[in-house]
Amino acid sequence: MALSKEALAEYIYDMVAKAQGKKNLKAMDVQKAVLKEHPDQNKNDIKFAIKDLIDGGRCVYTYFGGSYIEIPHEEGAAKKV
Amino acid sequence: MHKTPLLDQLESGPWPSFIKDLKRVAARKKPAADLLGLLERSYKDKITHWKHGGIVGVLGYGSGIIGRYTDLPEEFPGVEHFHTVRVNQPSGWFYTTKALRELCDIWDEHGSSILNVHGSTGDMIFLGTTTPELEPCFAKLTAKGWDLGGSGSAMRSPSCCVGMARCEWSCYDTMDLCYEATQNFQFEMHRPSFPYKFKIKCSGCPNDCVAAVARADMSVIGVWKDDIRIDQAAVKAYAGGELKPRGGATPYAKLDVQADVVALCPTACMAFDGKTLKIDNKNCNHCMHCISLMPQALRPGTETGATLLLGSHAPILEGAQMSWVIVPFMEMETPYEPFMDLVANITEWWSENGKNRERVGELMLRLGMRAFFKGVGLEPPPQTVKTPRANPFFFWHEEDFEAEAAGRKYIK
Ligand code: HEM
Ligand code: SF4
Ligand code: SF4
Repeated sequence: MALSKEALAEYIYDMVAKAQGKKNLKAMDVQKAVLKEHPDQNKNDIKFAIKDLIDGGRCVYTYFGGSYIEIPHEEGAAKKV
Repeated sequence: MHKTPLLDQLESGPWPSFIKDLKRVAARKKPAADLLGLLERSYKDKITHWKHGGIVGVLGYGSGIIGRYTDLPEEFPGVEHFHTVRVNQPSGWFYTTKALRELCDIWDEHGSSILNVHGSTGDMIFLGTTTPELEPCFAKLTAKGWDLGGSGSAMRSPSCCVGMARCEWSCYDTMDLCYEATQNFQFEMHRPSFPYKFKIKCSGCPNDCVAAVARADMSVIGVWKDDIRIDQAAVKAYAGGELKPRGGATPYAKLDVQADVVALCPTACMAFDGKTLKIDNKNCNHCMHCISLMPQALRPGTETGATLLLGSHAPILEGAQMSWVIVPFMEMETPYEPFMDLVANITEWWSENGKNRERVGELMLRLGMRAFFKGVGLEPPPQTVKTPRANPFFFWHEEDFEAEAAGRKYIK
């Protein structure tokens, strides 16, 4: 069954949090994972749920060769060596 | 200021030197002074002292800021952070001097004062600032009506040639398409959700001044469908030396119409008997050679639009590719719905099927043109066949047999 707007955002947040440090998720990976569990979920809902998570600062886009969605964390390269 | 004997040599040649420019900025900006010091150090050590960042950005955007740090922050504190800000270009790179001054003022206040007009994306590149300066810089830019451009696995800022603003050959309004595409794909530009980058470049004619065919995933190149317009009197004037070839932009005083124009037509579709120039337009491949040489005698036709080509990219996973014709002719009229819809279909097909960091041109080759056309909902036109005489096989789809049985016609 399709998730509500709020439940979808939480679902995605949990997915990103669980993957943190193990696997980098792209926006399309998130979409595919949601659709696997909730095949009737509207694709646009998923796009905008990601947007809300990013706009609210709970998730950030990162770039390591490709663009990923992650929980905000400290920039490795910014640390003094 | 750091001592830079190696860099100083670069000032000695006959060409304008970026070292000279940087020294001028370094006199008033610490980051520029340390940038010179760090570069000198790299020349000595023969290794880069830059590290890529992957997180910095402005709130809500996954694009437009590229994080950079030095691995020698103690020695060169001015470049401890040295992030790049991409400022979305205006169509055709037309700025008023007022706008340029405003941009420079913002960058003087919030960054190193070093900028690149323009980067290869076409965006104006602000080079070098620190993480705390990013949001204030972005706020100042947006207050003046600017926005960040694309970066990462996103739609990149579309770019175009000057088109109808300055060029009589433009077969559609490149600046308008570029602007409308930029507006239409805002979500895709700022929120990277593709397998990798995707670029749109718009040239008004096959001279392709923005090199769309080699530098854009989606190359939009202006073209005409009807006949080249010929002014026979002007052809004679070129033949007689009254008109200079290429508007005077060659070292030659007089054009030899037979040798320079007709004999160099790649499809040998022209003929000149000393008086009248003839073109077999069915065989013209729109290379622009003759028109570029005799602009006062020859002009593109009046039924104009664009050819869409897909897939060029620099070597990343596969070797470099040029874009490939996917739509031989499309009318280019505002609001460009067929174009926007096609780009959306293509990016969706690619996002569904592409591997991480696989450009759309690589995917097209991996899965084949047959899968591509089906996936994006295009009819396969014969113009897409690269080497027809060495490519005798076509694998039919199941529904083709049904269409055959129903009496499908091939010539419309
Ligand atoms: C058991 C024996 C043979 C086998 C299995 C065989 C198989 C083949 C195959 C598979 C091709 C490629 C066909 C294509 O491209 O469509 C071919 C081409 C050719 N074969 Fe044979 N072949 C045999 C004997 C011979 C003999 C004895 C001759 C000459 C007297 C010969 C002359 C040729 C030539 C000239 C071609 C090129 C045809 C073209 O231009 O497309 N073959 N052969
Ligand atoms: S690509 Fe063609 S239309 Fe555009 S500026 Fe160059 S010559 Fe003119
Ligand atoms: S545009 Fe090129 S192919 Fe066409 S007639 Fe002129 S030279 Fe020949």
